[in-house]
Amino acid sequence: MYRDLSLRYKVPLRISILILIVVLATTVSLLARSYLIFKQDLFQSSENMGRIMARTLTPALLHDDVWGAYEIINAPFSIDSKDASLQPDMLIVLDRSERVYVSTAPRQYPILSDPALKDEEIAIMKQRLLQRDSMSPEILEMPGFGNIYVVTPIDSDGVLLGRLVMLYSHDIYINRFMTFMRQAAMTAVLIILVLLPIAVYWGRRAAAPLVELSNCMGQVGSSIPVELDCRLTQGGDEIGQLGAQFQRMIGQLREKEAMEKQMVVSDRLAAIGRFTAGIAHEINNPLGGLLNATNTLHKHGPQDPLTSKTVSMLERGLMQIKDTVAALLVEAKPEFHPVTHQDIEDTRLLVMPAAQKKFARLDWVNELHRPVNIPSTHVRQILINLLLNSIEAVPDHGRISCEVSMSDDALRIATNNQGEQISNEELEYLFEPFVSGRESGRGIGLWVTYQIVNTLDGSIEVSSAEDDTRFIVTLPLQRAA
Amino acid sequence: MLILFIADTSAVQDAQRQVPVRIGITPVFLDYQTAFLDDWREYLESQLQRPVEFRQRSTYREIMEMLMQEELDFAWICGYPFVRFRESLRLLAVPIYQGQPLYQSYLIVPESDTDTQSILGLRNKVFAYSDPDSNSGYLVPQFQLHVSGEDRNNFFRRSFFTWAHQKVVEAVAHGVADGGAVDGYVWDTLAKVNPALTSRTRVVMKSEKFGFPPLVARRNVDNGAFQKVQEVLTNMTNDATGSDLLERLNLDGFGRGNVRLFDGIAVLAETIPAP
Repeated sequence: MYRDLSLRYKVPLRISILILIVVLATTVSLLARSYLIFKQDLFQSSENMGRIMARTLTPALLHDDVWGAYEIINAPFSIDSKDASLQPDMLIVLDRSERVYVSTAPRQYPILSDPALKDEEIAIMKQRLLQRDSMSPEILEMPGFGNIYVVTPIDSDGVLLGRLVMLYSHDIYINRFMTFMRQAAMTAVLIILVLLPIAVYWGRRAAAPLVELSNCMGQVGSSIPVELDCRLTQGGDEIGQLGAQFQRMIGQLREKEAMEKQMVVSDRLAAIGRFTAGIAHEINNPLGGLLNATNTLHKHGPQDPLTSKTVSMLERGLMQIKDTVAALLVEAKPEFHPVTHQDIEDTRLLVMPAAQKKFARLDWVNELHRPVNIPSTHVRQILINLLLNSIEAVPDHGRISCEVSMSDDALRIATNNQGEQISNEELEYLFEPFVSGRESGRGIGLWVTYQIVNTLDGSIEVSSAEDDTRFIVTLPLQRAA
Repeated sequence: MLILFIADTSAVQDAQRQVPVRIGITPVFLDYQTAFLDDWREYLESQLQRPVEFRQRSTYREIMEMLMQEELDFAWICGYPFVRFRESLRLLAVPIYQGQPLYQSYLIVPESDTDTQSILGLRNKVFAYSDPDSNSGYLVPQFQLHVSGEDRNNFFRRSFFTWAHQKVVEAVAHGVADGGAVDGYVWDTLAKVNPALTSRTRVVMKSEKFGFPPLVARRNVDNGAFQKVQEVLTNMTNDATGSDLLERLNLDGFGRGNVRLFDGIAVLAETIPAP
């Protein structure tokens, strides 16, 4: 359950829990400390008060001034103290024989009575006191009863005259502590109220890049979408690195996908090539025989008009088949001479009439200034095919451009035309024979071009956008034979 | 010569004018009424055309010693020391309380004590006296025990002095003492200004009437001054300020009094030896 929770909630939750733990721990330790301090405070102040009172009680006891002693011990109660929290509940002055000399609760502890008879707690206290019999102030906590007794001896010249007993209720510092605890709790709640929203905000911020990355990754399925809706954070931290790595991975995946697609296309084209060539050869052999037979019939057969007319018709039909088959078969070893500047110019002349027929403009750049070692027949055929295709594709008054250029190790032919955009699906099958969407033509021009480029170990790329379809053929220079 | 003589006389008068009238008082009777004493002093100074000093001591004994040693000219004391030192003192004035120069001693117990009917009911209890030189706060209960045939020194389990009548009331109200003897005038006045305190006590018995604690002068005080002070005191009822001060004292006025007023106290004093 918690494991499946989004980091968007998990991180703020964890920070909040941490804050709660820290605030609670701080408050508790503070309270524990203040409890001890309160207790110490009480002990300290009561001890001091005891000492001061004992000293002022000395003359009263010496002169047997009961009322004077009463006024001294009653003083804390007769003054309206603002902070009565450290005030004793009761004071008793005991005489030398441990009887009440005077007390602030005279009805409970009348003069000359034995307080131990009245109160079990005081009896125990007295017993403990007698065990110690010290001449310095004693603080006696009575765990069973919850009261605290501060007993200070009253002496003159080292002679014990009596003892001052101050009784503090346990509630005295419990109350004070409770007040403090309420304040501490309120402060803690305030701190939590301030910190929690900050924690949630920080937590969400910390989790956001991870959440975004996770969203991005979620978009990548069996295929990579063309547009990834990702806003990955930049930066050198782990999440930034992860994002960058992810972007790189996506790039590589895209490349791989494109390559796979291309390979499928090439494989298919190669298979078609082999298939076509096979069929062409199978046709060529009987075709040669048929042509020979018609030729013989033409020369030596009966010369009646019907026969000659029929033979002529057969001959023309067979010649057409031969042409088609020949077009499908790329001659592997044509007559060879290196392509020259003039060869390129010649093709221009050849295609000009077709262009003029459509009032199309032909931009021409020919940067082939020296003969290069590529069969000129093939180059010319590639160029003518591409240009005629282009001319056919452009609308009337359209524009075509052709650029032939050289690099160190390759010849580059680029043609552009303003024809209609070719769809992605069409592009995939563009180089296959007889798939032309056009009505005229056999639809083998690009197939033949592809075959020639393949034969020359070159590459052909096509890209199509609105009003701009471009073919780029790159032909490596051949080693001098 | 004549001019010199006149100058000399005025100098004497000036000097006399500058010597303050010293009046001794104790908290036994007037307890810590500093504001009242200030107003009274101002009044007396304006009437006497002389500075007045109130000197407070905590016991009658100290006041008496100061009178004997001429550190005081006048003092407000109890009838008991007056009768004991009658030869050395002149009666200056006696307060008039409820129309008479007389007062009583009250025997009080805590309000919770509903049984005690007389001082004899306080046997083995704790008893509060005001001052050993006080008639109402010491001599009267001692005498009562004496005439009842009790051993007045061991009748109570414990007795102590509070050195002020008001504190006797406090001691009984707080329960420190089981009973006490107090000046009836003080108790009545307290019942007016601090009824919360007196309501915690119960008056068990009121004594016979005695001469009110008088204002006295030392025997050898200047007669002119004596006459003047006596005149001012007895005439306090005649002006607004004086009447107001008397009202604050809860008194009707001051009379010249008569030493015979204190014969009753003298009888007690003769019976009970001074502590």
